[in-house]
Amino acid sequence: MSAAERTTMLLTTPFHSRVEQYCELNDWGAWQGYTTPNSYFDVELEYFAIRSTAGVLDLSPMNKYRISGPDAEAFLNRLVTRDVSKIGIDRVGYAVWCNDAGELMDDGTIFHLAENDYRLCSYMRADEWLEWNALGFDVTINNESDDIAALAIQGPVSCTILTLIGCEGLNELKPFGIARFDFEGVEMMVSRTGFTGDLGYEVWIDPSKAEALWDQLFDKGHDYLIKPIGSHALHMARIEAGFLQAKVDFVPAEIAVRPGRTRTPLEMGLDWQVDFNKPLFNGRAALLKQREEGLRYRFVLLDVEGNKPAEHSFILKNGKQIGIVTSAAWCPTAKSNLAFAQVEMPHGAVGDEFVAEIYYQRELQWTRLMAPCKVIDGPLFNPPRKRQTPAPAH
Amino acid sequence: MTKYDAIVIGAGHNGLITSNYLAKAGKRVLVVDARNQPGGCASSKKFAEGFQLSDCAQWVHQFDDKIIKDLSLEKYGFRLGESKRTIALQASGDHLTIEGNNLSGAGIGVSDQKAFKAFRLQMQAFAKLMLKLYRTRAPKMVEANWSDRMTLLSLGLGLKMMGRKNMQDMMRLVLINIYDVMNEYFEHDGLKAAVALDAITGTNMGPRSPNTVFTYIHRMVGAALGNRGVSQVMGGMGRLGDALLSSAQAQGVQVRLGMTVSRIVKTDDRVTGVELSSGELLEATAVVSSADPKTTYRDLLGYRNIEAGQARRVEQYRTRSGTGKLHLALSGLPSFTGVSAEDHSQRLVIAPSMDAMETALNPMKYKELTSQHVFDISIPSLEDPALAPAGQHLLTALVHYVPYELKTGWGDKDGNGSARDQLLESLLRQLEAYAPGIRDLIIASEVVVPEDFEASHGMTGGNWHHGELSIDQALMMRPFPGSTQYTGSVEGLYLCGAGSHPGGSLMGLAGKNAAEEILKQGVLS
Repeated sequence: MSAAERTTMLLTTPFHSRVEQYCELNDWGAWQGYTTPNSYFDVELEYFAIRSTAGVLDLSPMNKYRISGPDAEAFLNRLVTRDVSKIGIDRVGYAVWCNDAGELMDDGTIFHLAENDYRLCSYMRADEWLEWNALGFDVTINNESDDIAALAIQGPVSCTILTLIGCEGLNELKPFGIARFDFEGVEMMVSRTGFTGDLGYEVWIDPSKAEALWDQLFDKGHDYLIKPIGSHALHMARIEAGFLQAKVDFVPAEIAVRPGRTRTPLEMGLDWQVDFNKPLFNGRAALLKQREEGLRYRFVLLDVEGNKPAEHSFILKNGKQIGIVTSAAWCPTAKSNLAFAQVEMPHGAVGDEFVAEIYYQRELQWTRLMAPCKVIDGPLFNPPRKRQTPAPAH
Repeated sequence: MTKYDAIVIGAGHNGLITSNYLAKAGKRVLVVDARNQPGGCASSKKFAEGFQLSDCAQWVHQFDDKIIKDLSLEKYGFRLGESKRTIALQASGDHLTIEGNNLSGAGIGVSDQKAFKAFRLQMQAFAKLMLKLYRTRAPKMVEANWSDRMTLLSLGLGLKMMGRKNMQDMMRLVLINIYDVMNEYFEHDGLKAAVALDAITGTNMGPRSPNTVFTYIHRMVGAALGNRGVSQVMGGMGRLGDALLSSAQAQGVQVRLGMTVSRIVKTDDRVTGVELSSGELLEATAVVSSADPKTTYRDLLGYRNIEAGQARRVEQYRTRSGTGKLHLALSGLPSFTGVSAEDHSQRLVIAPSMDAMETALNPMKYKELTSQHVFDISIPSLEDPALAPAGQHLLTALVHYVPYELKTGWGDKDGNGSARDQLLESLLRQLEAYAPGIRDLIIASEVVVPEDFEASHGMTGGNWHHGELSIDQALMMRPFPGSTQYTGSVEGLYLCGAGSHPGGSLMGLAGKNAAEEILKQGVLS
């Protein structure tokens, strides 16, 4: 049955034949128009693969835009809030972007492939916004989402396995670096990036080689306990690492319907991403104004007492609701109960204490738990291997 | 390098008015214009031997009398002619005359006469309210501050004071089209079309286009100012430009004509001056552009110097005009059938019916020429013989439904057999039906298409409103959200042209309001 014939019209990724084989639970979800597994065999075991061995995530549905031409850097510098000129060639940078009102639209990564040649990876489809942004710039924008297959290989043995399939010297690659290798006669690009906060890589290759890549990884990685991971395991890992997720932790401006539901980067703890020294970027004037007039909300990480994830909880101060939880999970490696929350200003300074109103169900019975929680300064999971170069061998 | 308080781009009427008010307040102001003469659309040129032609704007409908007084324009040689009657030419030769609120001729019935009076009075009431809003900066709808709230309050009060019936009608009518309103009020096709003509002048709309009641009320602001009809400027339109120039210079405004601004200079995050095509850099605390918003943001400042959302607004801003012009130098007075020799000095219009107008719009939508145009004719040399050699006459006509873009292209301006020639031939053929023999009087002729206005007067799309005057691009949304109240998103840059509130036509209020807003903000030293 072709995608068009199916009711959901979901597409399949270049790895689908293999993904399907490994997806024992048949727990499929939709990701940006593609069908991908929520989980393959056991969410927790998949999570532990990331932290203890290596987890493989099919991230082909990620939106990928090639931005090239004489004005590519200038174009990106007007688009995103950070200074793009600081991303060297063969380096990757995290970036967020706003509309003119300073409302956060999305976050993503910018790959600097060559002089004035970039790839922007975004969570949201951005074709239209990028086209509008191109007005006045000598730049070519090409949506190459379907032209590139991508896998994330994350975890302590990720470097070892990739070296076994031919990425000689990969251990020397610094975090956020890009290296290129030959894979069966085509170029395989490897970046030391990921969404897990661990040692890990993302591999970018022509779709025709997708299945071969998967096969080699699982063949050479078998003894290293390589496992496929679904989006649920990734969700646990990214919360533990303190990474934001568009559409979960903030409403992208383009799809926000109700007034007041969008957030600015300053309100999402992303002020380190906003470079006001740049004379112009989308949202600059609005963000300057907000910086002067004060924020409405503050994004915080909360360490919640107990082991019940504070999913969708209200955050209370002296019995009054002052915030909401957007993401929460029990984080097994950090051994802590973490929650991301948006609280009203002036609340949310590091050390501030609140109560999370948690509801959970046990054998049909709903229980309310008033769990004390505390604002912490940064994620609790931050292993040295994430930064070490050369990457530790196993 | 001298630093000015303000550099005004464009010596059109709004640019000169802004500069004048700023200079009156003691500011050091420089005006730069690419053209060699002042006035922008209020300009004249020599045409054939001994003819002085108003080469862009033809009529004054609604120049604000307060500005005439404030700037002592009469002292500097500005004089308006008599208010003119509108004579709507009918094929039968029995024409309809509109004088103020009165109708005569063309077998017009008593019911139409009564209805017309009522209609005009109501529209004048609306226009009076509108004038109130025109004379101040348009309030922002959101984030309104106190002065904006007062404006809204006074508007609301004004609306209420018009009485229940008028208020209801205004809410009902203002967004619909003139076609439906005409059919609701009147019987006579010629009358309906003559009124509808005022609604579509200078726009890209037909009588059935939404917004055309709003554009009609815009025209009626003239009536709210006490004008009974259109007027010509004695000595030609250029005299208005000259008077504005002299008045500005008397206030100490420096004016440099024949100098093209090649770009607006942005240093870091603010506008700091302009660069001329000669390469000369001029510094100012504020740059005030009377150029249209597209020219200002897209061409002079550059999209890459503004935020993307605003660039998108500029790109989407509608600027197409469907109005061209016919210029004829004539060896004698033409004879329009059924019009007395004396009445040839009045405003003559050819608009047989609203359906004919709408039909004429259709080919324009598809970038084709119509064969049935709508004419708004002036023979200014009757009231002002100095405009033409003795015994000879000048005829100018605003011609509607001339596309900005033509599928075949307009061709070379001077080339033979171009679309311009085809248009000229078509226009003369249509004119001859009402003025037999006019062709034999022609000494010189010229058609001006919107593309030509764009080239000669720097108006994007050839649009004399500097952007379609429709509700979504008017009042508190003019030219577009994010650039209202005469400012842009870039510090140091202001707008004062017809692209800002309250819009186009020789009115001067955009220029005056802009100066007031800039002074109120206290940004100049």
